Amino acid sequence: MTTIAVSTTINGDDVEYLCHADESLLDVLRNRLGLMGSKEGCGTGDCGACSTMLDGRIVCSCLVLGAEAEGREIETIEGMAHGHDLHPLQTKFLEHAALQCGICTPGFLMAAKALLDVNPDPTEEEIRFWLAGNLCRCTGYDKIVRAVQDAAAEMRGDAA
Amino acid sequence: MRYERPETLEDAVGLLSATPERSHILAGGTDLLVRMKNDDFDADLVVDIKRIAGMGEIARTDAGFVIGAAVPCAKLAEDAALVAAWPGVVEAANLIGSTQIQSRCTMTGNLCNAGPAADSVPALVAVDARVKIVGPEGNRIIPARDVPVGPGQTSLAPGEIVAAIVLPEPAPQTGSAYLRFIPRTEMDIAVVGTAVVLTRDADGTVASARVALGAVGPRVIVPDDAAQMLVGTTLDDDTLARFEAACSDAATPIDDKRGTVAFRKEVAGVLARRAAKIAYDRAGETQ
Repeated sequence: MTTIAVSTTINGDDVEYLCHADESLLDVLRNRLGLMGSKEGCGTGDCGACSTMLDGRIVCSCLVLGAEAEGREIETIEGMAHGHDLHPLQTKFLEHAALQCGICTPGFLMAAKALLDVNPDPTEEEIRFWLAGNLCRCTGYDKIVRAVQDAAAEMRGDAA
Repeated sequence: MRYERPETLEDAVGLLSATPERSHILAGGTDLLVRMKNDDFDADLVVDIKRIAGMGEIARTDAGFVIGAAVPCAKLAEDAALVAAWPGVVEAANLIGSTQIQSRCTMTGNLCNAGPAADSVPALVAVDARVKIVGPEGNRIIPARDVPVGPGQTSLAPGEIVAAIVLPEPAPQTGSAYLRFIPRTEMDIAVVGTAVVLTRDADGTVASARVALGAVGPRVIVPDDAAQMLVGTTLDDDTLARFEAACSDAATPIDDKRGTVAFRKEVAGVLARRAAKIAYDRAGETQ
């Protein structure tokens, strides 16, 4: 199988890679670029562990071809913290113990960030519906929802 | 397998026509990429249509709303004019999958997969949407209803592409609604889906009505006899009871793990009745 040369932007950096026609963006991120934060849970778009931003929309990177990323802008979990400065969502996930095994966490963080980008003050119901495509088998979701609510309040500047 | 990213519809048709048996169109990929992971999937060519001009756009023209084949369902909800004109279509399309899936999945893909339980298809049929098809033998426009011919089967010829779905401009005082039953609150496949479009006269009586039932037959069912019962009424209880019974009678579902025949027939009537009331109320809110 021939390879395809792709030029794209990941977390603000210009990136070039070669991939196969049937290779998912998730496999490119993990296996070719060493960006191991996006996880493969189901591989079929059901679990959200591979959630990344593609041109400003949250997608399952397992359901995107690497070749499709040509000229696009991708954001992954690796771009969320700046050095040791965690994003408020990351801080609140830690404070609320909103993770146990951690496999789902990057996807939840990316999806929650996408929500707060468009809706800084979501209701609990809006959070639960928005995150319905992210599966977690450890936490029972409640701590995740609380962490997102708390992070949203902090990002709005509301007193906790 | 080759991946191609043509920039014109002509080039896309040419690529598909040259490999008619073992080629696939890629827009959102939410079904195709899942199928690609199956061991028995075998293709020579995937044609990504997203770089073709207009495929990702919603345009309002004299013909109505022209929705490009690669418009993700999330984008439909961001178009205020479309939401105001055809809320029943937008709410149906927005029920498909998760937030992540909404970012990629398309109504054209929903239509061309020809799944009997597709949520957006009854809504498209109820508004009498058309599809623009381009192909090696030229272009044609057909009702969206005529694209699926059975489970997983379409009327498209080899090399043909649905380039856009066209929703007509609604007549004044027109309302639309889509309701489905699933055993949980989100992210599931319809056990029954019902779409209703109706237009009111100045005095509040129904001037015209169209109904479409999904997931209760191999194709969307259009019970015109039931829809006609609504015309000339203000949806009084007697009319709605007869309408509900007629929609139940029109449903021809199968028994499967998601619902029995008897359950699905009953739910088809109940949901059609509720959708009719929502559509009627929405018609009264428009100008």
